[in-house]
Amino acid sequence: MEKPQGSGDAYWRATLGLLTTVLIIWFVVSFGFGIILQPMLDSIMLGGYPLGFWFAQQGSIYIFVALIFFYAARMGQIDRDHDVHED
Amino acid sequence: MDLKTMTYIVVGATFALYLGIAFWARAGSTGEFYVAGGGVHPIANGMATGADWMSAASFISMAGLIAYNGYGASLFLMGWTGGYVLLAMLLAPYLRKFGKFTVPEFIGDRFYSNGARIVAVVCLILASITYVIGQMKGVGVAFSRFLEVEYDTGLYIGMALVFFYATLGGMKGITYTQIAQYVVLIFAYTIPAIFISMNLTGNPLPQLGLGSTMADGSGMTLLAKLNLVVTELGFKEYTTQTMAGRLDMFVYTMSLMIGTAGLPHVIVRFFTVPKVKDARSSAGWALVFIAILYTTAPAVGAMARLNLMQTIQTGEIGSPEGNLSYEARPQWFKNWEKTGLLQFEDKNGDGRIQYYNDANPEMAAKAEQFGWKGNEMVKVDRDIIVLANPEIAKLPNWVIALVAAGGLAAALSTAAGLLLAISSAISHDLLKGVFMKGISEKAELRAGRISMAGAIIVAGYLGLNPPGFAAGTVAIAFGLAGASIFPALMLGIFYKRMNKEGAIAGMIAGISVTMLYVFQHKGILFIKGTEFLGDMGPNWFLGIQPNAFGAIGAVVNFAVAIMVAKMTTEPPQHIQDLVESIRTPRGAGGATH
Repeated sequence: MEKPQGSGDAYWRATLGLLTTVLIIWFVVSFGFGIILQPMLDSIMLGGYPLGFWFAQQGSIYIFVALIFFYAARMGQIDRDHDVHED
Repeated sequence: MDLKTMTYIVVGATFALYLGIAFWARAGSTGEFYVAGGGVHPIANGMATGADWMSAASFISMAGLIAYNGYGASLFLMGWTGGYVLLAMLLAPYLRKFGKFTVPEFIGDRFYSNGARIVAVVCLILASITYVIGQMKGVGVAFSRFLEVEYDTGLYIGMALVFFYATLGGMKGITYTQIAQYVVLIFAYTIPAIFISMNLTGNPLPQLGLGSTMADGSGMTLLAKLNLVVTELGFKEYTTQTMAGRLDMFVYTMSLMIGTAGLPHVIVRFFTVPKVKDARSSAGWALVFIAILYTTAPAVGAMARLNLMQTIQTGEIGSPEGNLSYEARPQWFKNWEKTGLLQFEDKNGDGRIQYYNDANPEMAAKAEQFGWKGNEMVKVDRDIIVLANPEIAKLPNWVIALVAAGGLAAALSTAAGLLLAISSAISHDLLKGVFMKGISEKAELRAGRISMAGAIIVAGYLGLNPPGFAAGTVAIAFGLAGASIFPALMLGIFYKRMNKEGAIAGMIAGISVTMLYVFQHKGILFIKGTEFLGDMGPNWFLGIQPNAFGAIGAVVNFAVAIMVAKMTTEPPQHIQDLVESIRTPRGAGGATH
């Protein structure tokens, strides 16, 4: 949100880039697949689950868990790349 | 061994364990009291957060909500888990780097204003008290049902227990006790679900069982069968029904998500880990432990609904022998009838139970031809689903006793976490931070314990005399936190230009809009008769329920805060430097004053 200047801002830009990616996936699997597109996706079956219903009651939760660990790992890498990691 | 003795033994043993842990881990310093000395491993911290998070609402009520709202109840599943993504990325690591004890402390320092800190304390207490009343009530109900004592007595026992271990141990004691409580509650929840899933589908994993084919030889999938069973009796189709439309579902989900990320008793959890890195992964571990219950709950709800419908509608709809005879009703039916939470009324006097949706005109017309005179299950309280589930599935007594212990663990652990958040807001933020700056560490610790005792008494009093509202209140607590605290924290971290004027105006606008909307439909301070607009679809703004309004409050908060900040002077340089410093992990120490 601020004008970039110096290496601290490169770190912050990288952080915001990662946040944007994760938030887009977070939104698409829950609000997108689970709510807005649920009527369309329900015509596809995943085993005994209609797909939209599965995203709303199972899939989105699994993806949330994966997203946090993905974020934590990527963020650790960004910390090291910009030399701001802890000890 | 009979059920009552078994329940005494199982519940007694788990409580001895919790108290032993609280004694062993008792707090000696304010650091240990508020944030467990900042030395809790991220996995252990995640497990404790899970127990803290999963309240009586998650454990007892949620599966019942799912059983009766089907797809529509997905908003609770997504809302109460998706917030952890926001928490892990937008708040936890930065607040951990900031390195203080409480949420109002961050708001006060970041917005260089005691006024902002006091507004945050008020928002925190409003949201937490709203939430804790429901927990104390859950404690009272669970104790009275399983120990067969009066509701009041059950509540007093619960208050004494919470008081003992929360005040003695502080955050350190609570954290280790909650790990034990997590283990108890997760076994209590999943074991009956595994048995039932095995019975119905032959698949022991409930998450897969819900998507499997029925084991009854019909060749139908469980969800298709459930859809058929409920629609034949005039109820809405399970996999597509919504509570109040798709827009409401969207806003409700968002409200629960940002409320999750704004509830102070959860945020403070991420002050207890050693490093910024741990704050990020700890939120992931917390969600892993929460997801075990949250992905099981849809199976519990759907299977309980199917079992219940098929217990009553035993044969062909409309044939005289198709319905269960009242005389032949099972034992669990009789047990729950005694509590008044399950009620039958033989409207057509045929001695059999007809359970169908008589509000559906098509079904009502058909029912009339069968000689049915209305739905005879006049009351099926959805809160009994989880507690009655092992009885419906004819599971052994030790499983039923374990479920009782699990429900108590869920209610007590959440109550303790909330009480700690309230007491630290009073002793640390109001006394030490604003009104009695010179207070010694020992006196502060004592003030913390006294305010916790005070909070337990207030919550217990409101639990004894509930103001006439229950399940929806929990959602309102989330709305209040989401509309006030979440935007202030986010703007404090991500918008360097945000100043004290903007933050204070935003918090006040957000919480006021939300409270006004709730009060106009549910009564001022929830008092019946003072609502000036009835609580029904046509009166709702764009069809959004009051329980879901926190997300709109948050939008108002963001808009007002940014507008006011743009019109007033920018924050001083040392505050802008502070924002720079919390954005990078290096140099995070332990949480301090």
